[in-house]
Amino acid sequence: MQINDFTEKFVTCLNSAPVVPVDGATNFKKLDEWSSIFALIVIAMVDSEYGKTLTSDDIRNAETINDLYHIIQSK
Amino acid sequence: MSSFAVHNVSLRGVSACVPVRREDNMELDLIPESQREIFIQTTGIRYRRMAAPGTTAADLCRVSAQKLMSDLGWQPDEIGVLVLITQTPDYVVPNSSSIIQHQLGIPKDCLALDINLGCSGYVYGLSVIGSLLQNMPGRKGLLLVGDCSSAIVSKGDKATYPLFSDAGSATAIEHQAGTSWHFDLHTDGSGYEDIIVKGGGMKHPFHMHSLDPVDHGPGEVRSDLQMKLDGLNIFNFALREVASNIESVMASAQVSAGDTDYYVLHQANKLILECVRKKLKAPSEKFPYSLYDYGNTSSASIPVTIASQLHGSLPESRKNLVLSGFGVGLSWGAAVIDFSQAHIADIIEI
Repeated sequence: MQINDFTEKFVTCLNSAPVVPVDGATNFKKLDEWSSIFALIVIAMVDSEYGKTLTSDDIRNAETINDLYHIIQSK
Repeated sequence: MSSFAVHNVSLRGVSACVPVRREDNMELDLIPESQREIFIQTTGIRYRRMAAPGTTAADLCRVSAQKLMSDLGWQPDEIGVLVLITQTPDYVVPNSSSIIQHQLGIPKDCLALDINLGCSGYVYGLSVIGSLLQNMPGRKGLLLVGDCSSAIVSKGDKATYPLFSDAGSATAIEHQAGTSWHFDLHTDGSGYEDIIVKGGGMKHPFHMHSLDPVDHGPGEVRSDLQMKLDGLNIFNFALREVASNIESVMASAQVSAGDTDYYVLHQANKLILECVRKKLKAPSEKFPYSLYDYGNTSSASIPVTIASQLHGSLPESRKNLVLSGFGVGLSWGAAVIDFSQAHIADIIEI
């Protein structure tokens, strides 16, 4: 798994193209598109693409897409 | 032992009843207008049924039972077992099943009991009533399953209000030699707080502030008497447990994917169910949904899905249904049930 690949998959979880450019350093919780539904979609994507489980604590403790990437890698 | 078989019982019919009154998530102010379409697309839920004040889960179950008994030509004095699964009973005391026994005109030589379970309730209920009836030759039973969750969710809580919907159901079961139902049932009470109504019971009795709305964050306003749902924890629980539970019961029943005609799962939300479907590699035509029109009807969602989606599509050649319920408790279970002799009634609206 590469960070660019993960970021790309993260962006595809959004219903529409993000208003601002998104990269690994983006604080995803500040995106206009972020919502509890979006969190579920990301968890589903991580489960199906990487076979890993993101918990509610993982989401709570992460700020950037890089943070999520490292959490997934550590599992 | 959580994996077991029940013998000598046959499922004769299913009916379900929903309130005619409904709300549309496309018009729900609780969800920002820009997010309504993605909400409906992700959860699968457009409409929710709302019982009129004074109408209870027991009422919806009783109407379902009357319709089913009429369709099957069953008489009240043939019913030896009545099991009601609900988390929204008519009273704290007494049990609602006794009231329904009386309302249906069932004689006193009938065993009636309530079971407090939610989304796993239909599968658990089949195991309980099947286990009782297998030792009662010549007798018939009614499994009534339903909830009016709209009464216990907050209009200010986006984690619950746009999801839950009201429904009741009835399933007819009869003693019959030579049959087998297979079950795989599980419990994990460490997650009891993931879906909870904290106040009003003996642990946190009703008090002068029980009805006060409490702000738990944006879009999460509820009182102690209303349901709290940790959506992320429940989502992960479902991803972790449901597919393997289904595979386990299919293995014990020696039923292959090819032998399975339908997978009818608790209608939690579409994202969860699609993840499970993909894990099982099941084709979408074998995975019926009732979410769009009926929402998450809690314990009743499996019979509501059968009545609304499989009515008229269960010829004798199509008989193996894999059922799966999961949720509050945490509690989950799967079953393989033969529906080849089942009458599926039209869904009722009252």
